[in-house]
Amino acid sequence: MNMAATECLLQLYEERLQLEDYQSGVPRWCSGCGDNAILAAVQRLCRDEGLRPEQTVFVSGIGCSSRFPHYMKTYGFHGIHGRALPIAEGVKMARPDLTVFVNTGDGDCCSIGAAHWIHALRYNMNITLFLHDNQIYGLTKKQVSPTSPIGTRSNTTPRGAYLEALNPLTVTLGVQNVSFVAQAVDWIPELLYDIVKAAYHHKGLSFVRIVQRCPEWLPKLMDPWMHDPQKVQLVHHERALRISPAIAKVYKNHVEHDPLNMDRAREIASSTDVVPVGILYQNPCVPCYEDIRRSGGLRSADYVRRGLEGEFDKFTVWPEGAGEQQAA
Amino acid sequence: MDAMTPAAQPTSARPAESRADAALGGKAATTLKEHIVEIISDSGEGAQRCGQSLGSIAARMGNGIWTTEIIPAEIRPPARSVAGASGNRIRIGAGPVTNGGDETDLVIAFNEQVLLGRVRGNQLKPGCTILLESMWRSSPDAKVAASYIDTHDRLVKAGYRVYEVPLEAECRRHVSDPRQGKNMFALGMLCSIYSLDLQVAREQVALTFGKKDRGVIEQNVRLLEEGFKWAEAGLDFKYRIPALRNTQPQIVVNGNTALALGALASGMEVCAMYPITPATSASHYLSDVFEKVGGVVHQAEDEIAACAFAIGASYAGKCTVTITSGPGYSLKQEAIGLAVMGEIPLVVVNVQRGGPSTGQPTKVEQGDLLTTLFGSHGDAPKVVMAPATIEDCFYSVITARKIAETFNMVVVILSDAGLATSQTPFPRPHFQESWLAPPIDQSEVPEGALPYAWNPSTGLARRFIPGQPGGMHTVTGLAHDSASHVAYDPEINEAGIRARSLKLAALQKTLRPPPLFGDAEGDLLIVGWGSTKGTIEEAVGALREEGHKVSSMHLQFLQPMPPGIKEAMQRFRKVMTVEGNWCDRPEDEIIDETNRRYSALAMLLRARYLIDVDCWSEVKGQPIKPSVVIRAIRARLQH
Ligand SMILES: Cc1ncc(C[n+]2csc(CCOP(=O)(O)OP(=O)(O)O)c2C)c(N)n1
Ligand code: SF4
Ligand SMILES: [Mg+2]
Repeated sequence: MNMAATECLLQLYEERLQLEDYQSGVPRWCSGCGDNAILAAVQRLCRDEGLRPEQTVFVSGIGCSSRFPHYMKTYGFHGIHGRALPIAEGVKMARPDLTVFVNTGDGDCCSIGAAHWIHALRYNMNITLFLHDNQIYGLTKKQVSPTSPIGTRSNTTPRGAYLEALNPLTVTLGVQNVSFVAQAVDWIPELLYDIVKAAYHHKGLSFVRIVQRCPEWLPKLMDPWMHDPQKVQLVHHERALRISPAIAKVYKNHVEHDPLNMDRAREIASSTDVVPVGILYQNPCVPCYEDIRRSGGLRSADYVRRGLEGEFDKFTVWPEGAGEQQAA
Repeated sequence: MDAMTPAAQPTSARPAESRADAALGGKAATTLKEHIVEIISDSGEGAQRCGQSLGSIAARMGNGIWTTEIIPAEIRPPARSVAGASGNRIRIGAGPVTNGGDETDLVIAFNEQVLLGRVRGNQLKPGCTILLESMWRSSPDAKVAASYIDTHDRLVKAGYRVYEVPLEAECRRHVSDPRQGKNMFALGMLCSIYSLDLQVAREQVALTFGKKDRGVIEQNVRLLEEGFKWAEAGLDFKYRIPALRNTQPQIVVNGNTALALGALASGMEVCAMYPITPATSASHYLSDVFEKVGGVVHQAEDEIAACAFAIGASYAGKCTVTITSGPGYSLKQEAIGLAVMGEIPLVVVNVQRGGPSTGQPTKVEQGDLLTTLFGSHGDAPKVVMAPATIEDCFYSVITARKIAETFNMVVVILSDAGLATSQTPFPRPHFQESWLAPPIDQSEVPEGALPYAWNPSTGLARRFIPGQPGGMHTVTGLAHDSASHVAYDPEINEAGIRARSLKLAALQKTLRPPPLFGDAEGDLLIVGWGSTKGTIEEAVGALREEGHKVSSMHLQFLQPMPPGIKEAMQRFRKVMTVEGNWCDRPEDEIIDETNRRYSALAMLLRARYLIDVDCWSEVKGQPIKPSVVIRAIRARLQH
């Protein structure tokens, strides 16, 4: 019933876990699907951080990307379309001792689950969120998504998408209480790993938009960015993401950015010609909802009984002469 | 009461010296078995508090009481408006009182307009005594004065016993802002009228204002005393309703507070909700007190999120409750299906209101039974309980939590706006440690054990909770095998559906047949569910006294239905449900056996037991009155 006991259990393990200890089943994603790269980076993170599989929960909605938890040998919750975040919040509220991740697609997060996305940012619970943004509905076979670029031909927009795409970064940066916003691309695994890792270490809701390729439905969508390294803008800072010399050699478009600078973060996030990769915003001082709401005290039976009897007292009509003073 | 006596009206201006001897009161009190009294005002004038206090005082005296809030549909209805009546209705009885009863016998109204709504709604008994604030007669606004005089005269003509009472003028002698104190003056009057102990009343006022400073309490006690004195001297009637002194401490709360107390007592730690009438007061109260026992009320961004949040918390090992009403309940359906599919324990409270759509937010209806049984797409079996009393509201949450965790099922509690806003005392519960949720299982899962190792005869499986080493698996709303792997295999799909269905049967085996009220055989068996129990039993009791062979049965479990129902029904010539949801009226021209829509429970009983169960129902948004049920039963007995 109390946290203390489960936290103690944590300490009993010392063994070193291998990548296989986090792998479950054979992913059924198309070959070349960006979700594979995300899975690899996350499994690596789990191993490197030595996350206890039984203390780790991956929560997802519905979509190709939401199959993610099935491929992790941890606890997982493959929920319903759009609702991964509230499920994950419930897990975290009940059990702050668990490490909670969320995998969600652009339809899942930015369309059907958009309300939960906004509010999850406000709650700022200590959860790491990966937005697998392939800019299309994958699982349901190519329908336009809120993040599809205008003009995208899909089965529901055969003559091209009518609306400007929603920018998940600027939307996220516009919400009060946001504490961590980063962007990664699936085709640079090293940076993907570094960003995923930084997100995991941030306390609060870490929002990572991952530009994820869907070779099945939009095979050429990211070509201009992939073929021209100048179009990838590395966002770095000594207190945030540092770039290795090897990466710096290939991707020469760099910008130094203090992740506490919100105005600049919004500016970078708004770029359309380049795709910024790195940590756009990080504020470690935003309180987490679970910390604000939970006393953390031991909930013994006696504790509950005393609280309950106190409430009963408020509403009790005592028989004549049976301790009127108790009814205070 | 002799209702037809023409009004004996005390003059509004009373000589000052008469106040001194008022408390003595030499009037003989008429003894009554019960009375129904209302206090109504514009909202914000304190009629609610006056009524609640009267109920508590009578309860302390040992009377049976049933109080019902009178709530205007709008937050700030214009002053002196017909629709703006706010207040309380108290049925005081010599013995236990199980429902709000029939029409009102006596009403105190702070203006004539709020009274009109009650008159038009047929809430007042013919000849009902009306104590009417008289200040409006001399209002500087000629329209107001004219309206008052006109209404007053019409009420008198209609046979009501109208007393004009200078409430405000009297209060003004004692306080500067009479609007703030009228309600306590009225309370004092009522204490005099019903011969209630003034000392008990003083204590109740002190309790009511307990959080305020002494000055506030003293001022209110003074107004109480002045009201008492005034009525002793100024009214020509007085009643006494004999009471049996309580020997046990009683709790006086409404159904929503009882639900919230039940959540506390069940050991649950998290309640996720989104505000919706008439469920909000449960969350308001819980928000105030839950933290004291380490609990959290999470107001989510909508009901879908609230339900998903609750499921997440339950999944992580802390069985959670989500509280809502009709529209919110509809929104939760997809998530409820997820909990059914994933076999995650969950308690859902639906405080029913009028529907469909936004319907009647503050009104009583039992319209959600079928949507609760069959809601969420596909075959989504869940447990459905309906508290029948305020006391049940408390215990049902404890039971629901236990069932949810034992069977890994969703348990829905169907309360309604009637229970939510009514109060009647029930014995103070004795805390038991077994009410509380056990500590979360964090033991290691034996190798090879599966998360959905469905027991072939009961469908039950042991659930693995995050933190348990070796139990890692992914819960999914997709069809899955016993390892929780997504599976579209036809056999596996059936195996899962079968297991989830069997759990209801397993629970049913643990239930006792519902008790009968009255003899076990006869001409007519009335079957009901939910908040109508007190009303039905009062009606059946009255008819039995007349010699009719009628009995009743009340179902607390609607799914699964307990054993013994069919056998019980077979011992009666006829069976009829009494419900607060629609059934087509056989007398309507185009309604016949082939197209009649039955009330929810009748439909279920007919389908399950192949018995020709009839139904009678009313959906007026008000609690059903015993006299109306008596009429319906009489009619059914005759043909
Ligand atoms: C309530 C509901 N509506 C619609 C669907 C159908 N549906 C499943 S996944 C999906 C969209 C998935 O797109 P996205 O979230 O971008 O994930 P992706 O497959 O691209 O990874 C839709 C519309 C559903 N499962 N549930
Ligand atoms: S359809 Fe697209 S998103 Fe889905 S698995 Fe295939 S490549 Fe990945
Ligand atoms: Mg997508």
